[in-house]
Amino acid sequence: MKLVIAIVRHEKVNDVLEALFHTEVRGLTINRVQGHGGETEQVETYRGTTVKMELSEKIRIEIGVSDHFVQPTVKAILSSARTGEVGDGKVFVLPVEKVYRIRTGEEDQAAVTPVEVPAGA
Amino acid sequence: MNGADITWMLISTALVLLMTPALGFFYGGLVRSKNALNTLMMSVSSLGFVGLTWAVLGYGIAFAPGNDWIGGPSYAGLRGVGLEAQGAIPHLLFMAFQGTFAIVTAALVSGAIVERMRFGPYLAFITLWSLAVYAPVAHWVWGGGWLSKLGALDFAGGTVVHINAGVAALVAALVLGPRKDFARQAILPHNVPFALLGAGLLWFGWFGFNGGSALAANTSATLAFVNTMLAPTATLVVWTLLDLKRTGKVTAVGAATGIVVGLVAITPAAGFVSPIASILLGGLAAFPSYYGLLWRARTRLDDSLDVVAAHGVGGTVGALLTGVLAQKSWNGTADGLLFGNPAQLGIQALAVAAVIAYSGAVTFGLLKLVGAVAPLRAGAREEGLGLDVSQHGEEAYARDEGAILILSKPAPVAAPATKSVLKPQGGRA
Repeated sequence: MKLVIAIVRHEKVNDVLEALFHTEVRGLTINRVQGHGGETEQVETYRGTTVKMELSEKIRIEIGVSDHFVQPTVKAILSSARTGEVGDGKVFVLPVEKVYRIRTGEEDQAAVTPVEVPAGA
Repeated sequence: MNGADITWMLISTALVLLMTPALGFFYGGLVRSKNALNTLMMSVSSLGFVGLTWAVLGYGIAFAPGNDWIGGPSYAGLRGVGLEAQGAIPHLLFMAFQGTFAIVTAALVSGAIVERMRFGPYLAFITLWSLAVYAPVAHWVWGGGWLSKLGALDFAGGTVVHINAGVAALVAALVLGPRKDFARQAILPHNVPFALLGAGLLWFGWFGFNGGSALAANTSATLAFVNTMLAPTATLVVWTLLDLKRTGKVTAVGAATGIVVGLVAITPAAGFVSPIASILLGGLAAFPSYYGLLWRARTRLDDSLDVVAAHGVGGTVGALLTGVLAQKSWNGTADGLLFGNPAQLGIQALAVAAVIAYSGAVTFGLLKLVGAVAPLRAGAREEGLGLDVSQHGEEAYARDEGAILILSKPAPVAAPATKSVLKPQGGRA
């Protein structure tokens, strides 16, 4: 299993989610974070105070996936989060030692395989 | 002139002026947080740009002696607008009171084009619109123009303000096109309490809007004032029941909308119908607007904050029902259809149609004109980033983490005295 961590532009997050759902990635966690990726800083002015915003709002997405799902997941993120300008973000793929599904106690591969929800549930 | 009339009109003018920032909060709460300031600024800037052009030019176009279609140049630059009586109040006060109407009407249009219009072209558009659309229509109905000669009834601006703004909003939404996320992603209100605050303050200001349209502290003002309280109560109740029937829940955004629709609908009728008729009018007005905005959401028309359904449709219903429910025993002017004067309904319908045609055509022309000089729409990237940052260089909800101060001069070296204050106090806190 791997943990895929992606940090993307906040305005692209809906595109990324759409792409991930099309790739049938079902389980993920997202967070609003602030970061700096070398992009030009936004300049803002409040009365006489002018500031450079060193940190811009980003979205951090975490997805636990089984090995054969890593490539499709990463591809979906790369294609949907890209604008071509500095500041598009990063994707990290990390090894995972152990995964448990809390509801059933299933481990590892079984724990990151989406459950088929029975019809009518 | 007497003190009572002047006092009431001074207060009314201030009340109506408050409606514009109130509208800003109503609209600002309904957009996404990245566009909150831009949306508020669309109303706030109207106070300056439309207010100023009204005093210098617009007032004369609307109210100076002229012909059936347009006023004249005689009041340009406020020449001849002094403290002499105009009806029961000083002429200058009449000018200011009417100016607050022009300001809020232009700001109303912004609801259709939020989250995507560049700010400079927006300012140019509403300024020109207040001169070329609002002022002539105000002349037709209130400045001695052809609709007033026909006997069209519009107490406080159902046609002049609401249908006018509603049609301009429809045209503006069509010319600008939908937001890039429209119908692709859920676009949700970022601060519903703001929308309710705005609706509440609009209701408060509307007492001046309708009550002040009597232009004196008299019985007509009283009738308009009380009807302004009653009609929205009925709209709010009916809206609540419609919400309950459709979704099983009473929504806050629905309540805010219902209040505004009720206020819009009673505007043309305020001083012309009985209190019971105003309750009936308010209740009836909920239906077309409620189903209108449900229908609109399923179309490709991105009238983002439903100016057409609330103001265009609400204003039309109000203007037509004025022709049905007007009662001479209450208003001393004219009866409507129910009281034996069916012709009034025809006159009302003609006024509605004329304003729709004129406002639609000239708004389209103005947008094309402004669009030929500068692009109307923000780029896709600016739209994604939000217009607060891209148009104003500010955020509604700024965080200070990572904000680096840019100083035009080198930072002053802190004086020793200040330094010692900032030193840790050795655990004595």
